[in-house]
Amino acid sequence: MGGDSAARPAPTELERLAGLTIVPHRYYGRWVAAAIILLLFAWVVKAFAEGQIAWKVVGQFLTAPAILNGLVNTVIMTACAMALGIVLGVLFAIMYMSPNPVLRGSALFYIWFFRGTPLLLQLLLWFNLALVFPRIGIPGLIEFRTIDVITPFVATLLGLGMNQGAYTAEVVRSGILSVDLGQTEAAKSIGMNRLTTLRRIILPQAMRVIIPPVGNEFISMVKLTSIASVIQYSEILRNAQTIYYANARVIELLIVAAIWYLAVVTLLQVGQFFLERFFSRGRGERRIRQKVGRNKAAGGQA
Amino acid sequence: MTMPPAPIVVAHQVTKRFGSLQALDRVSLSIAPGTVQCIIGPSGSGKSTFLRCLNQLEKIDSGAILIDGELIGYRRVGDTLRELSDAEIARQRLATGMVFQRFNLFHHMTALGNIIEGPVTVLRRPRRVAEEEAMALLARVGLSDKRDAYPIEMSGGQQQRVAIARALAMRPRIMLFDEPTSALDPELVGEVLAVMRDLARSGMTMIVVTHELGFAREVAHDVVFMDCGQIIEQGPPAQVLLSPQQARTREFISAVLS
Ligand SMILES: Nc1ncnc2c1ncn2[C@@H]1O[C@H](COP(=O)(O)OP(=O)(O)O)[C@@H](O)[C@H]1O
Ligand SMILES: [Mg+2]
Repeated sequence: MGGDSAARPAPTELERLAGLTIVPHRYYGRWVAAAIILLLFAWVVKAFAEGQIAWKVVGQFLTAPAILNGLVNTVIMTACAMALGIVLGVLFAIMYMSPNPVLRGSALFYIWFFRGTPLLLQLLLWFNLALVFPRIGIPGLIEFRTIDVITPFVATLLGLGMNQGAYTAEVVRSGILSVDLGQTEAAKSIGMNRLTTLRRIILPQAMRVIIPPVGNEFISMVKLTSIASVIQYSEILRNAQTIYYANARVIELLIVAAIWYLAVVTLLQVGQFFLERFFSRGRGERRIRQKVGRNKAAGGQA
Repeated sequence: MTMPPAPIVVAHQVTKRFGSLQALDRVSLSIAPGTVQCIIGPSGSGKSTFLRCLNQLEKIDSGAILIDGELIGYRRVGDTLRELSDAEIARQRLATGMVFQRFNLFHHMTALGNIIEGPVTVLRRPRRVAEEEAMALLARVGLSDKRDAYPIEMSGGQQQRVAIARALAMRPRIMLFDEPTSALDPELVGEVLAVMRDLARSGMTMIVVTHELGFAREVAHDVVFMDCGQIIEQGPPAQVLLSPQQARTREFISAVLS
């Protein structure tokens, strides 16, 4: 072997190459972009600091009872509307995929109607239901005045929840379709009926596909609840408006609302991260991440 | 002289069409309890379809299947056959365990989770009892150390052995194997066949679709050769595999061996 290396000069050249110091490529564009963005950011901060904003008022109203009350109502409405939306979404996705043509047809109609009309219009329809049906209930048994039943809360819940259901149905359906048919067959082969298969085998695996878009829609919903202010549901934006009609601190109160929306959305994003990690179990993502980490470590040592 | 035992599986003139394609054409076959029936034949000859009809993953178009003397998929009412409900079909499926070519383990469950799923959710057995039995089954297929592994963390051979344990956990009377080693790397085939050999020795009734002619020769009591949805030839392994009577069987066997 020693004689070989004398006959071939190439290895020594390669060895010299391997010994040289590596100088990383310099990305001047990144530095320029970062500088421009920092300048813009500083300018915006300065503008807001010097602008006609009474930051003390912002701080003062951040925890005002009316604002906190609105925040609670916003959070409750988001949770209820999403819960209704997810229940309806799963239900209509299953109906959509059912072999029964009546169930399938109803699901198609539901999705078509609620995706095809503006949300604001749906809210107004629910809120004004009393114009069509002055009384609702089971005739002869139990009856209510529609006005008493369809409160702003109920109208908003129905409007947001049923609209969300139509979108979630499509998300759930694509999640179910993403699960390999072999999983259903294996479940059948151990004697599971259709519903148990769906609940134990298909939906848990479909979750991996369903969670990210539903997480996004959860975040959208937090903000969508603000349109309920048009039918007098006292969520945070409406309560902020009520205050600034009285004290004319428009921007300050809008900033207060914005801060709370951002806080809620940030919390939701953290929750979404953990949910996604939970439902990707058995999908090798953790393993791959570990492997990448290990490779990096190995690369670092070399 | 003793009477031969009543067959545990009887297929009579079973026919299955997919559109205009005749996947099974008047297939008749009886299988005695405790025996191993191997099915060989070229791709597309209807072997999988036959197994899938036995556990009702497919509905047959005509003919009849009896398992343990019970008519499959229908109930006789006078002169008519009434289709069974989803729940009744699920109950009938408990008689058969199925092992798939592509394993089909539940991806979101560990090896142990896969095995106890049926006993706990379908048979409503106490979880602790199901887990004990599952551990015994894992030991039987040589995978005690994999109880907490997810399918993606196991080799194909290990996954298939867990799949066999999952099917056995339901205590089926008959085990159906659809090319259980065809999706495996060659060096992993042996470990799965060893588990199947062991199962056959324990007296389990098995119907095995396979291209492993060595396994068929050694373990099968009876071999059928299928082509174009029909049974072309049937007999003891020594006869069908070593001195086939039909030209098509001879062609197929020499093609597999070469
Ligand atoms: N679900 C199905 N729809 C349409 N054709 C099918 C279906 N399943 C099987 N077939 C057809 O039926 C024939 C028999 O298939 P199969 O039983 O899978 O054969 P084998 O298992 O012997 O390879 C093939 O021609 C196949 O294409
Ligand atoms: Mg096949």
